[in-house]
Amino acid sequence: MCGIVGLYLKNPKLQPKLGQLFKPMLIEMTSRGPDSAGVAIYRNPAKKGFTKFSLAHDDAKFGWKKLAAALKSATKKQVSVQQIGNHAIVTTNAKEEAVTAWLKAHHPEVRVVGSGQAIEIFKETGLPEKVYEKFDLGKAKGSHIIGHTRMATESAVTTAGSHPFATGADLCLVHNGSLSNHNRLRENLKREGLEFQTENDTEVAAAYMTWKLRQGSSLKETLEAGIKDLDGFYTFCVGTHDGFAVVRDPIACKHAILAETDDWVAMATEFRAIAHLPGADKAKIWEPAPQTIYNWGGH
Amino acid sequence: MAPRDALARKSNEQHMIEIDLEKEGVRGVNSRLHTLAKDTNQRHWLIKNPMGQHAIACGLDAPIIVEVGGHAGFYCGGMNKEAEILIHGHAGPGVAENMMSGIVRVDGNASQSAGATGNGGLLVIKGDAASRCGISMKGIDIVVGGSVGHMSAFMAQRGHLVVCGDAGEALGDSIYEARLYVRGKVDSLGADCIEKKMTDHHLAKLARLLDKAEIKANPKDFRRFGSARKLYNFNIDHADAY
Repeated sequence: MCGIVGLYLKNPKLQPKLGQLFKPMLIEMTSRGPDSAGVAIYRNPAKKGFTKFSLAHDDAKFGWKKLAAALKSATKKQVSVQQIGNHAIVTTNAKEEAVTAWLKAHHPEVRVVGSGQAIEIFKETGLPEKVYEKFDLGKAKGSHIIGHTRMATESAVTTAGSHPFATGADLCLVHNGSLSNHNRLRENLKREGLEFQTENDTEVAAAYMTWKLRQGSSLKETLEAGIKDLDGFYTFCVGTHDGFAVVRDPIACKHAILAETDDWVAMATEFRAIAHLPGADKAKIWEPAPQTIYNWGGH
Repeated sequence: MAPRDALARKSNEQHMIEIDLEKEGVRGVNSRLHTLAKDTNQRHWLIKNPMGQHAIACGLDAPIIVEVGGHAGFYCGGMNKEAEILIHGHAGPGVAENMMSGIVRVDGNASQSAGATGNGGLLVIKGDAASRCGISMKGIDIVVGGSVGHMSAFMAQRGHLVVCGDAGEALGDSIYEARLYVRGKVDSLGADCIEKKMTDHHLAKLARLLDKAEIKANPKDFRRFGSARKLYNFNIDHADAY
């Protein structure tokens, strides 16, 4: 059991209120997932040639400025850092592979939770409300946001095991359900060179998508292939650079609901999460069909 | 005059009692409705601010009208007896599940498992119903103005499922004695579900159901499906299959 929620603003005038609109959505899903929570927000796109890294460290007092300075002198590139809770957003024009390799060599305890032009990922154990406050998301501005409240069933309650999972540049995934073929798939993906931080099934789905996208598949092709290759029960919400997508397995027994108005599109495990949005009472509301890809924004 | 109209007329003569679910909570609202005597004079209720909460107006047992003024969450109107519940919006999973009698009407769409295991009464969904509509239905009548998703009427035992739109995959899988009527296309039939002849008797019954549901459609446009009755007993000729 978990709760997933997503909000994509069609009306740019609402963007300053993204974090405020999303807060009750995430909190309403606390009863479905009180263990941990996570959010991927799309905001403040980096300048061309720059990448934003969402990094996490278990120690809230970790010296991020020192890390940024060291990264700067190692790569000879521009590096800026902003600490938010026990996460930090590092923005740099250094090559992505160079940054991850440097972090692995010098700070193996730092987790890369996401990277891209606009995406920022924050996740932590604890009640969703506390997690939301910790990362100061109530005042966040942005174009779209997806979130997850977790009640762990198949792996430990840890920050690393919290969702969302990054699936490549500006892409991330939240999941309600459980995969049944993740162990075999993880071994196959390891042979393809993918690395894993946890024993979590959703991380395998994220790695699978990363692998497909790397091979040149479009997001739609990746999700279509996922319906064939991922076995289990799932409702996925996938955040992209400029939109989001929802897909369910062929049996479609993990709950999902979509709602749309002229101003926004929202998805949630249960409608009560969406009920807080302005205009929800007049929204078009329906349950997404199985093995059907719904996407908004995007290319 | 149909009993419902008589009830509605009687209720309209009275003041409608409003309850704010946001203030009183689901338990507060439901317990007020549960304590009503069958011959109560407080026959018409409006539940404001349902906010997609679960189990709204569940377990009612009196001939009252309850309007839900917005979208409902899971199991709205479950186990209903005698009451008429009008949902002015979307209904979440398991609307009117295990209904015994009475009416549940949904203005919008319904999520999965609408009318699951229903014993009696009428469930009307003006929009679409998602998967497993009427799963294990045991005597309920369900009329859907739009389409139904996959595995609808799975193991249906008794009652009627009327679909004015299309039906998803595996309609009526492992069906017993329920009758299914579909106006649009059927993606596929489940095990032991077959198309059956529409007789005058069936047309008349279907016309009555549509009338009661207040949905305009010509019964002659529908096809009928039901059980081939081949899964009832162990068949020795199939022994090799086990």
